[in-house]
Amino acid sequence: MAENILRLDQVVKRYHKHTAVDGVSFDVGVGKIFGLLGPNGAGKTSLIRIITTITGADEGEVLFNGEKLNSNHPSQIGYMPEERGLYKKMKVGEQLIYLAQLKGMGSKESEAAIKGWLSKFEIEDWWNKKIEELSKGMQQKIQFIATVMHRPKLLILDEPFSGLDPVNTNLIKDEIRQLNEEGATIVFSTHRMEQVEEICEEIVLINQGKKVLEGNVGDIRNNFKQNRFMVGFEGSLPADISRETFEVIEDSDNHLIIQVKEGHNSNELLQTLINRKINITSYQEILPSLNEIFINLVDGKSDE
Amino acid sequence: MNKLWTITKREYLTRVKKKSFILVTILMPLGIGLIAFVSGYFASKAGKSEKVILVKDEGNILKQADLQSTFMKFDFSDEELEVLKSSYIDDGYDLLLHLEEIEDLTEEDINVSYYTKDKLSLPTLESIERKIGSAIRAYKVQQSEIDEELLAGFDTDVDLENGLSGDDEEAVGSSASKMSTIISTALSYIMGFLMYMVIFIFGGMVMRSVMEEKINRIVEVIISSVKPFQLMMGKLLGVGMVGLTQVLIWIILVPVILMLLGMYFGLDQVNTPEMQQAQEMMKDINQDDFKQGMAEFITEFKALNWWFIIPVFLVYFLGGYFIYASFFAAIGSTISDDLGEAQQFMMPIVIPVIIAFVMIPAVFNDPDGPIAIFGSMFPLFSPILMPARIPFDPPVWQVLLSIVILIASVIFFIWVAARIYRVGIFMYGKKINYKELSKWLFYKYS
Repeated sequence: MAENILRLDQVVKRYHKHTAVDGVSFDVGVGKIFGLLGPNGAGKTSLIRIITTITGADEGEVLFNGEKLNSNHPSQIGYMPEERGLYKKMKVGEQLIYLAQLKGMGSKESEAAIKGWLSKFEIEDWWNKKIEELSKGMQQKIQFIATVMHRPKLLILDEPFSGLDPVNTNLIKDEIRQLNEEGATIVFSTHRMEQVEEICEEIVLINQGKKVLEGNVGDIRNNFKQNRFMVGFEGSLPADISRETFEVIEDSDNHLIIQVKEGHNSNELLQTLINRKINITSYQEILPSLNEIFINLVDGKSDE
Repeated sequence: MNKLWTITKREYLTRVKKKSFILVTILMPLGIGLIAFVSGYFASKAGKSEKVILVKDEGNILKQADLQSTFMKFDFSDEELEVLKSSYIDDGYDLLLHLEEIEDLTEEDINVSYYTKDKLSLPTLESIERKIGSAIRAYKVQQSEIDEELLAGFDTDVDLENGLSGDDEEAVGSSASKMSTIISTALSYIMGFLMYMVIFIFGGMVMRSVMEEKINRIVEVIISSVKPFQLMMGKLLGVGMVGLTQVLIWIILVPVILMLLGMYFGLDQVNTPEMQQAQEMMKDINQDDFKQGMAEFITEFKALNWWFIIPVFLVYFLGGYFIYASFFAAIGSTISDDLGEAQQFMMPIVIPVIIAFVMIPAVFNDPDGPIAIFGSMFPLFSPILMPARIPFDPPVWQVLLSIVILIASVIFFIWVAARIYRVGIFMYGKKINYKELSKWLFYKYS
């Protein structure tokens, strides 16, 4: 088994005059939870459509499990598009069996798998309900089952939590984690970076068709740290404190957010505070959020 | 292949299992049956009223003739006309006829006056006029002492019959008789019209289905498992099978229902006044002609090469369906949300179908003329015009050539449609024009 379930190498996709994907390369390791991030219109959906073989790349190469992407692979991929869609007039059971058969499952096999999922969500009695009779949240659950029922090795979820209430968001998050523990690789695609920060181990950030950033979430945040610290203390800050080594960004009753000036380090800051007999209750480095990093990097040049 | 079958099966089953499909498929023949039943019922009801007629026949002309029939009873009286006029209603008569003596046998206009309590219907009046007319003729012949048989010999029926019908196998040319021309013309129109309807009904079905998948976005889920071509083709095949099912059920059900109704009315129907009058009319002309005509109709109808006509019709049904439904599929894929956008692309579909439809009379008026030959070859017209031409026995090589052209065009148009479809189904919120569409044909878009 290849180390990477997915490898993109210099992938280019052009539509008419504009280039939707412009030489993007990244790897997704087996068993990882991976974030494909970027603002609206960055090229995420175009990339996903190439990976799911909906469209072909104009240039570059995509490897699935070490093999060149081919028509056998889609049955190992589960894809939930951003725009959800099901046949409104079809019954839940029929519809899921149909979609499972298109994924290459046998009818008995698919029926067992679907019934398993329905009972997991405690909605067995929906089998004969038409999609149009279900609420939007209920439809999302069916859509999720349709995405995962064939036990895909790679799960691609495009904005999976949009339109979900907090209860269902957690439900789906738990299911995703469990599928991951069972060996599935997950690719999240979203423009809401705070949503995936806590789940994703690795990310790639794209903007205007180009890769801006990739790597481990923790590493990235460390690399982009700006030497900011949050200091909790008792009392108030003496007005005549030396500000040679730092700058106060935010000052509130019992904590400060402090920016350490270049050429100095946080120990000097602590030293200064301790020397003035300030009673420190907490001391923590502030790492930037992916959102902040992203905004910093693209400098508001995105379409958003 | 397997997935194509899965898609075809779904497209077929979801439609065939729909209540509306079952209703239309069964109600259409039942509706035709019902119309036939209702008109038969009222006709038989209306025929129950019997007319009793009193005749004052001064010249004893009508007395010699056999006037009585199931719906008209004739009585004669020699009373004064004035007396009869005031008493015929009380005596239970519907009608009083007064015929004066005929003095000059060469007189052509003879007035017969009638008195009635109710207004008479036109068919009744005509029927009485005919009866009296033939009675007077018989009277005149008798009075002039002309031999009846000799006179009958003067009546000449001219039937223009094709010289090649019959055993003369050496002669070349079409051997269609007059009756077969009438049958062929009717059949020509019916088949052409059926094709015209089929194209719009089932083509429209394909278009709506493509639009539905695109607009509710399920197409993205499906295309991640199958090729766009498989989805489009599955849809074309599935809906095509729905059409075939419906047409076959109608072909079987309509004659069965009409036959059952015929059996139900059976003998009754013969007694309706219309039928009787029709028979009487025939009797006046030549009793044998009617029976002979019916027999000829049945013989000619059976003589039509149904083993050729029906398969050819089905070939053109499928060919025409696939050509136009693939157009409809391509159009459906270009629509983002609103049917109005489709209008500009509908024109190229509607225009050839309508041109072909209005060409049908030109085809049956001159089934081997240049218009008919061109129309039955050109693939956008041939699905309508070849079935319209087929009852007239076109040369087999022309049918085969037309089918070859048709099949090649089906492949070509499905290819074109598939190229537009694969791009169109993922294109949202963009105004699309012909230039744009033509570019899609050559996209590299695997």
